Amino acid sequence: MDNRLIASSSPHIRSDETVSRIMLDVIIALLPATLASVYFFKLNAFMLIALSVASAVATEAIFQKARKKPITINDLSAVVTGLLVAFNIPASAPWWIPVIGSAFAIAIVKQFFGGLGHNFMNPALAARAMLLASWPTIMTDWVKPGVDAVTTSTPLAILKGQAEGTLPSLTDMLLGNVGGSLGETSAILLIIGGIYLLYRGVINWRIPFTYIGTVAVIMLAFGGGVENTAYHLLAGGLMLGAFFMATDYSSSPVTRKGQIIFGIGAGLLTAIIRLKGGYPEGVSYSILLMNIVAPLIDKYTSPKVFGEVKQNA
Amino acid sequence: MNLKSFTFKGGIHPPHYKRYSEKAEIEKAEEPKVVIIPMQQHIGAPCEPIVKVGDKVKVGQKIGEAKAFVSAPVHSSVSGLVKKVSSMDTPTGSGVMCITIESDGLNEIHENVKPKGDIEKLTKEEIIEIVKEAGITGQGGAGFPTHVKLSPPPDKRIDTVILNGAECEPFLTADHRLMLEHPEKVVYGLRALMKAVGVNKGYIGIENNKPDAISAMVKAAEKDSDIEVISLVAKYPQGDEKRLINAATGRVVPSGGLPMDVGVIVNNVGTAYSIANAIQIGMPLVERIVTVTGSAINTPKNLMVKIGTPFKDIIAQCGGFKEAPGKIIMGGPMMGLAQFTDEVPVIKGTSGILVLNEKEAKIPEPNPCIRCGKCVYICPVNLQPLFISQLSLKGQYDDTQRYHVLDCIECGSCSFVCPSKRPLLQSIKVAKKEVLAKRRKAN
Repeated sequence: MDNRLIASSSPHIRSDETVSRIMLDVIIALLPATLASVYFFKLNAFMLIALSVASAVATEAIFQKARKKPITINDLSAVVTGLLVAFNIPASAPWWIPVIGSAFAIAIVKQFFGGLGHNFMNPALAARAMLLASWPTIMTDWVKPGVDAVTTSTPLAILKGQAEGTLPSLTDMLLGNVGGSLGETSAILLIIGGIYLLYRGVINWRIPFTYIGTVAVIMLAFGGGVENTAYHLLAGGLMLGAFFMATDYSSSPVTRKGQIIFGIGAGLLTAIIRLKGGYPEGVSYSILLMNIVAPLIDKYTSPKVFGEVKQNA
Repeated sequence: MNLKSFTFKGGIHPPHYKRYSEKAEIEKAEEPKVVIIPMQQHIGAPCEPIVKVGDKVKVGQKIGEAKAFVSAPVHSSVSGLVKKVSSMDTPTGSGVMCITIESDGLNEIHENVKPKGDIEKLTKEEIIEIVKEAGITGQGGAGFPTHVKLSPPPDKRIDTVILNGAECEPFLTADHRLMLEHPEKVVYGLRALMKAVGVNKGYIGIENNKPDAISAMVKAAEKDSDIEVISLVAKYPQGDEKRLINAATGRVVPSGGLPMDVGVIVNNVGTAYSIANAIQIGMPLVERIVTVTGSAINTPKNLMVKIGTPFKDIIAQCGGFKEAPGKIIMGGPMMGLAQFTDEVPVIKGTSGILVLNEKEAKIPEPNPCIRCGKCVYICPVNLQPLFISQLSLKGQYDDTQRYHVLDCIECGSCSFVCPSKRPLLQSIKVAKKEVLAKRRKAN
């Protein structure tokens, strides 16, 4: 009998939380917004989302197989990336856009840097930036929700005066009945998903609240009043970015203080890009920029150890 | 009872698993036929055997003499014949000098075992001497000789004694049962401790998942206005002494310091019980309460066990194994020591014998760190386990000091919460060992 005893170091019990459960929670949280985008943008949305997820999972499997590493698609992290890439694509995009985007996100941004937990940027946002730089017309060809795919402008572009048109009502903005990327249109459903993640303890309040709060404060002060601020909060990818992108574990700080700095930083950059920059939308670039400084933020925000005393030099 | 519950920052909420044994009254274990008594059951220097093969010994007779200050003598728990004085396996290590005694079943008490008188009449020094001679060591797990704690250097002013009845380790119920069944002895032990260090403030800290123990202790301490029972939030590691001090008094023991640095001495409730016995009856520490529990034990129990009784005898008295054992642990599941065999003896620090089945014992396959930060949020010492572990796994032990590796209290909370099942504490322990070894070499 003795030979069969396991004598390992403590602790001897583990919580039942797993990586795949966390990823499943993110997928559950994204589900309402996913369904809404299919509702608003019909079959093309469904096709783009399906292709994006399939491409992400396939790329992960092929890459790991080629490198003779264990295939980890069961952890569902590639599904999450695929969903988020699709969320960043306009409904009118051709089928190969999400395929290339997700393949880039998984192969270049995630696996080249060591796979799960090692990507220094949010893969989906990096893919969006790549697609936007490579196919700018396709990536900004916004359509009105509905079957006829009438070309329209995003509320932010109208707000900025870069495009003609009338602003949609705030109710439509909240529900998502506006032009924009697939997943970023319905603020309310994204918020519901975010609340679910907070409730499940997958994310904490620090990054999303400081991020959205910073944007709100700056827009109130410099963005032209309460109504404009409301548009800024509900439009574009702010909710998607704040709850689902900026909170990406591997590309954001792990310290409490660091997360607050990260959220405020992303909020500042978003507001500056939207108010002063050349793009109407600033969420993706502000998060990507903050991703790059996240390790530095972590380094300088190490928590004070319990009972830490100043050493006499 | 409606006490406000106190606590500390951080920590985790593992399942309690106490229902297996919390209702089981303390039973006297069967008389062991043979006891194996290690000469080292505590932190500090080992004892030297003072009996030889063929000697006849009695219950309470000293058989191992402590030569160093940080050490505690060892006594026989049975009467009978010394069979062997040899190096054997013990729960805390292999190759420890042990005295094997065959019991004659008569339990003849040694003539030195007699009541030491009233604590009111004993002086501080006399109490400390009684504690020392009775071989009393901390019974929460680490096993630090108690008389050393009671002899702080003169520049440390002690004003508070805290008894630790938190029992935050899942599964264990020995302290719980002790407080329910012998609360007056615990209070007596606390009064002796308070007298020994000359303080008039005593606390008994108990987690609020044991309301019956809290009521029992409050009742037992009713007449002592200087003893206060405090309810603690049931959260792991509430029973860590620095967390306990923080919860009870709000004081923060400095990093690298000892409780005495903030004027506090902490002892386990089991230790207080042993001190009461040492004064009232004069019996040294020769038996203790052990929780025998876990999914692979047929009838979980709380047993009063003689020191030196082999684990397998105890397990047999609890109906043996329900299914094939995967892991036998001395202590609780968070900080306990996994054993290679069930032939090791119960020692002074054996708070529990926990047997997990093969499924629970399986070491989970680690996945990559996803940097979720959970280990950072729950660390009761505010460390960043993910970074320390990362450096340790790469062999960069020196760099782990930048992340205060030596402040780790090894509570295991980080490994517990990790969704990737990474060996966080396991690798941090390696780094600690390497850093300390290097420091010793340098000195």
